[in-house]
Amino acid sequence: MIRFLLKGILRDKQRSLLPVIVVTIGVMLTVAMFTWLKGILNDSIDLNARFNSGHVKIMTTPYSKNVDQIPNDLALTGVDTLMAKLKISFPELKWSERIHFGGLIDAPDSNGETRTQGPAVGFGIDMLSGNKSEIERFNLGKAIVRGNIPSHHGEILMSEEFSQKLKINPGDTVTLIGSTMNGSMAMYNYKVCGTVLFGTGPMDHGSVIVDLEDVRIALDMDDAAGEIVGYLPGNYYDEEKIDQVVTRFNKVFPSLGDEYAPVIMTLRQQNGLGKMIDQIAGVGSFAVIIFVLSMSLVLWNAGLLGGLRRYTEFGTRLAIGEDYSHIYKTMIYESILIGIIGSLAGTSIGLLGSLYMQKHGLDLSSMMKNATILMPTVFHTRITATAFFIGFIPGLFSTVIGTMLSGIGIYKRKTAQLFKELEA
Amino acid sequence: MKNLVIPAFLMCFSLNAQNPSAKEIIEKVDKNMSADSRIFTSKMIIHNKRNSRTVESKSWSQGEKKSYSEYLAPPREQGTKMLKLDDQLWIFSPSTDRIIQISGHMLRQSVMGSDLSYEDMMEDPHLLNHYTGKIDGEEKFGDRICWVITMTAYTPEIAYQKQKVWVDKNRFIPLKKELYAKSGILLKKMELSDVNLIQGRWFPKKILFKDMLKDGEGTEFLIEEINFNVPIADYIFSKASLKK
Repeated sequence: MIRFLLKGILRDKQRSLLPVIVVTIGVMLTVAMFTWLKGILNDSIDLNARFNSGHVKIMTTPYSKNVDQIPNDLALTGVDTLMAKLKISFPELKWSERIHFGGLIDAPDSNGETRTQGPAVGFGIDMLSGNKSEIERFNLGKAIVRGNIPSHHGEILMSEEFSQKLKINPGDTVTLIGSTMNGSMAMYNYKVCGTVLFGTGPMDHGSVIVDLEDVRIALDMDDAAGEIVGYLPGNYYDEEKIDQVVTRFNKVFPSLGDEYAPVIMTLRQQNGLGKMIDQIAGVGSFAVIIFVLSMSLVLWNAGLLGGLRRYTEFGTRLAIGEDYSHIYKTMIYESILIGIIGSLAGTSIGLLGSLYMQKHGLDLSSMMKNATILMPTVFHTRITATAFFIGFIPGLFSTVIGTMLSGIGIYKRKTAQLFKELEA
Repeated sequence: MKNLVIPAFLMCFSLNAQNPSAKEIIEKVDKNMSADSRIFTSKMIIHNKRNSRTVESKSWSQGEKKSYSEYLAPPREQGTKMLKLDDQLWIFSPSTDRIIQISGHMLRQSVMGSDLSYEDMMEDPHLLNHYTGKIDGEEKFGDRICWVITMTAYTPEIAYQKQKVWVDKNRFIPLKKELYAKSGILLKKMELSDVNLIQGRWFPKKILFKDMLKDGEGTEFLIEEINFNVPIADYIFSKASLKK
């Protein structure tokens, strides 16, 4: 019977085309909406993890309490020993030391006098030890606009926007004016080796990136680091695994009353990220539910309309002796087939579009010029396992339920009145 | 009648000498603390929350507007020079061979991580040129009897708009100071000690600064050698001297 019904659906375009189109569009929009929201959440977490929070971050307690002020006088000390211990105790994580710093970038004129000056936020990351993991996390290879990644000590990368604002080009020498770990004024010369564009407002406004060892020399932070970040394999944030790491860390590194003992913070515990993740996930889920429900109503209505549109056909079939329940069953089977065809088509189109957006993204940088929080400016979709079946909720079930409801009317048709109805 | 007038006049004069006005006290403090020019070597022992370190320097100053300092130790700071002319400051860093100019609110930043600002370190203001005073009363500070004077600035550019000063009644030296912002917030506390008679004036050789907005135990500023009213060559207060 299914083959018969399928032939009917394929051959009778009047009966199937409109419902299939409606289901396809509805399912496609549902899939696109779902992957879009997942993508925004994923991009935000990933961006913050890579540039700022790591999956876990180790700091001293007083540093963690004032982290927004970048208090390097409260930084971790004895970092070489600490790193060695971390690598032995937590081999499943990749660990990197970092120093955030603030200061002025000062470019001299030909007489050595200040030509231009601007405030900068700096990142001291490992770029010259041969370990490329930080270069990959900061995506420096792709972010380079002019020049190159530092290959020698004493080189600095500037954000493209910042370099243009200060009229500084690769090859120029600039002086970093900052504050040492002891609070003294620090002045250190760097050669600009390249400019970068990250596609995220706060990073592009006024950031500089320097090799970790160069920052240590400039800021008098020998064997010290503001923070140590840790990443799970594949750079995928798994909350359960991270919670296990935290529990073990607190056993390996008990504070024992030392004010400057290392403490660990998860991604969720930093910068209000936990709240942000929950809010985005909550709003996202709510939006998806509302959307799925509204699409269900549309498709239910389409099912009802389909049933009503074929009022005459069902009357004729009853008149020539077809059973009520047989007609009802064939209607439901037909709607299942239409639901499956529409859902498959809608999911396929939705996933193809999402796949394109996952790869290329949508650049909204022009709308986020003045953003001050670390949010991506290029948004990508994210295809998850749920994306493969979420469209079937409105696409299949709503269509079938709509048909089942409208089909009840068949049982109310009286054979004695059928010919009158048909004559009319 | 004549016999009565003269003793009465002498009594008034004597009372006035025992109870000088706030202005007179401040004038005498200025005579001790300020000079037309000064050359001194000093040590700053900076007690941070995590460690203590010592910075040594030699300074030259002339009047209220000109000041020059050269850092002698530790090795990381050695050779750093600062020139302050009026409200502009130039800093020479030997490691970068650069002269950087700072001005405005930056002058109120900490010098070398200490509790002193560039203004504290490099300025020698005559109090009477900037403040009016009011005697609040008398108090014992340590074993010295002091006048407690509240001074309010009448020049808006001065760093501390209000000061409460405990002035030694006998030596006219401030022994304690509380420095306030215009908003009334207590910014710094100073305790001056090791008062010696140097070149005919009382002068404290140890000052403990405590920045109240900063953690740490404060900064001890120790004068090792000081000379008042000595001639200083003009080139010292020029930018050329920074790179010398």
